[in-house]
Amino acid sequence: MKSRSLLADIGKSFLIAIWFMVLLFPLMVMKVNVSKGVAQVQFRWNMLPLVGIAAFVLSLLWRFALEWNEKRGNDSRAGGPLAKLKALTSQYLGIAVVRKGALFILLAFALAYPFLFGMYHTNVMITAFIYIILALGLNIVVGLGGLLNLGYAAFFGVGAYTYGLLWKYVGHSFIAAGIDPGWLFWISLPLAGIIATLFGILLSLPVLRLRGDYLAIITLAFGEIFRMVMQNSGDITGGATGISLIPRPWLFNIKLTPQKAATYIYFIAIVLVLITIFVVRRIEDSKVGRALEAMREDEIACQAMGINLVRNKLITFALGAFWAGIAGVVMAAQTTYINPDSFTLWESIIILMAVVIGGTGSIPGAIGGAILLKLLPEYFRALAQYRMLIYGIAMILVIIFKPDGLIPRKRKQYTFKEKELAK
Amino acid sequence: MALLELKNVSTFYGNIHALKSISISVEEGEIVTLIGANGAGKTTTLMSICGITPVRSGEILLKGQNITKVSPNKIVQMGVSQVPEGRRIFPQLTVSENLDMGAFLRRDKEGIKRDMEEVFSIFPRLAERRNQLGGTLSGGEQQMLAISRALMANPHLLLLDEPSLGLAPLIVQSIFEIIQRINKERKTTILLVEQNANMALKIASKGYVLQNGVIKMADTAAHLLENEEVRKAYLGL
Ligand SMILES: Nc1ncnc2c1ncn2[C@@H]1O[C@H](COP(=O)(O)OP(=O)(O)O)[C@@H](O)[C@H]1O
Ligand SMILES: [Mg+2]
Repeated sequence: MKSRSLLADIGKSFLIAIWFMVLLFPLMVMKVNVSKGVAQVQFRWNMLPLVGIAAFVLSLLWRFALEWNEKRGNDSRAGGPLAKLKALTSQYLGIAVVRKGALFILLAFALAYPFLFGMYHTNVMITAFIYIILALGLNIVVGLGGLLNLGYAAFFGVGAYTYGLLWKYVGHSFIAAGIDPGWLFWISLPLAGIIATLFGILLSLPVLRLRGDYLAIITLAFGEIFRMVMQNSGDITGGATGISLIPRPWLFNIKLTPQKAATYIYFIAIVLVLITIFVVRRIEDSKVGRALEAMREDEIACQAMGINLVRNKLITFALGAFWAGIAGVVMAAQTTYINPDSFTLWESIIILMAVVIGGTGSIPGAIGGAILLKLLPEYFRALAQYRMLIYGIAMILVIIFKPDGLIPRKRKQYTFKEKELAK
Repeated sequence: MALLELKNVSTFYGNIHALKSISISVEEGEIVTLIGANGAGKTTTLMSICGITPVRSGEILLKGQNITKVSPNKIVQMGVSQVPEGRRIFPQLTVSENLDMGAFLRRDKEGIKRDMEEVFSIFPRLAERRNQLGGTLSGGEQQMLAISRALMANPHLLLLDEPSLGLAPLIVQSIFEIIQRINKERKTTILLVEQNANMALKIASKGYVLQNGVIKMADTAAHLLENEEVRKAYLGL
């Protein structure tokens, strides 16, 4: 690598500072005051050096960061304190007892959580769980199959609306028959999974021959179409006002207080998360999972190996959509109210961000990414108006400094052990 | 009856007429080579046989059975396996996972295991690197992996697309020796596409010369090696 001289860095940063001063001049320096119908331009000259200094310092910092990143890449094997810590943790986690102990403590904490913290925190955690399921589902499509899906929130919506519509149209006959409408939740759960899967197959049909940009655009359009349809067929779906008073899940006919209901849904969500993790891991290690990865790598080679691409893509979208459907039902049960605004493009992008920031293709990554993206905003509400800006910056930083994500995918390599055991 | 027969096959890419009514026949157990310059239509011929690129007219027969409109996965199941141009191994999968993908359509676990061992005995270098990612192999090793992956489908007919492409002469030499060995030991019929006409004609029994989508010449390999035109155009003599 070429070594950058400090002087050249300072010079470039200086130029950037001047450029920013010019660029931001109309915004930061000129201020238009309108008084009595007369516009007056006020020049705040003291802003100019501030802009310049800020741009200079930030640019210099950015350069140092890039340089540090390059160096780190060059001697990553040498091992700084961070690498040593990593090695130490992975060494201890390698010991079965320690790993089991850590898992046990984590599980115990998760079980005690709703009792230790209040209803607010329980609800926040349920949202995080819903996003974990979503991120794991999308991870099948994007991480394993390598197919970009920007309309993923639509499947989430399909799940939520399955429950909502079932409640809207069948609920009263349940009540009339004296059956607790909470049963609808348990009916919706598998039903929403199936219907979302069907929608996944439906979407995969037109995109079978597409990749990359085209695929992204079509899936994006699909997501928007879903939202528009929900919004504009007011007679059926309640339109923009949505569906409200959706019942909470049935629990032996017990009338639950909101607090207890949240705890109950919390446990349902946690079980669903565990099931999702289990199934997704099985898929990843299966022959089908391997075929999906192969498709991500090289479609022509896949065809030459006799792998059916059409079937593969269908499976990818269907598997991804299934989990979104499940997550949608939980979401509807938690909020007891749904409308089309919960299923916007922005929602799809956040789920995709969780996957990418966590580490595309990595299950722990998807979980970590979902928790990070859902919990941090809840606890930094003061910064809420800068959320998009912060997400954007975080995304850029991750892509430059940790392109494989925060918890990159570790590929399983079991063949070698098998071989050694045989000897 | 020939194992593989192309009868007046024409293939198009949109308006581009890539194959103009070509006819080829490959007998059971032989090595046949298809030589031609860049853009002659060699890759298109193999892709047409595999069903990956659709054929506009003419027919392709495998053991007398018409496979012109059969889907690629069915054709692999019928015993045709391709080593695509430029190797196209899966870079993010390990060597053994790449081989597993080659056996994707097979259900016989025992047979797969036996073939894996056999492949490793043909290419000991791959055995050493079985847990290495495909993308980290050298060019020659990647070609070995691509051939092995195709063999994992246990094919009757092996289609090889320019296996010498971008490899050092010594490695090309050993790859060609192995191709011959596969043909002799496994009794695998081979259709070898090459620009390296000299090497290809030396191990083949029969050769076709393809030029701008047309079969210009068809003869025994020995005759083609002697032919003035071939020597000038393809052997650089
Ligand atoms: N995917 C494609 N789309 C359009 N034209 C193609 C495509 N693939 C190949 N061709 C054209 O078909 C002709 C034959 O190509 P190809 O079979 O790749 O030749 P070869 O393998 O002999 O180098 C060339 O003119 C090439 O430009
Ligand atoms: Mg070619």
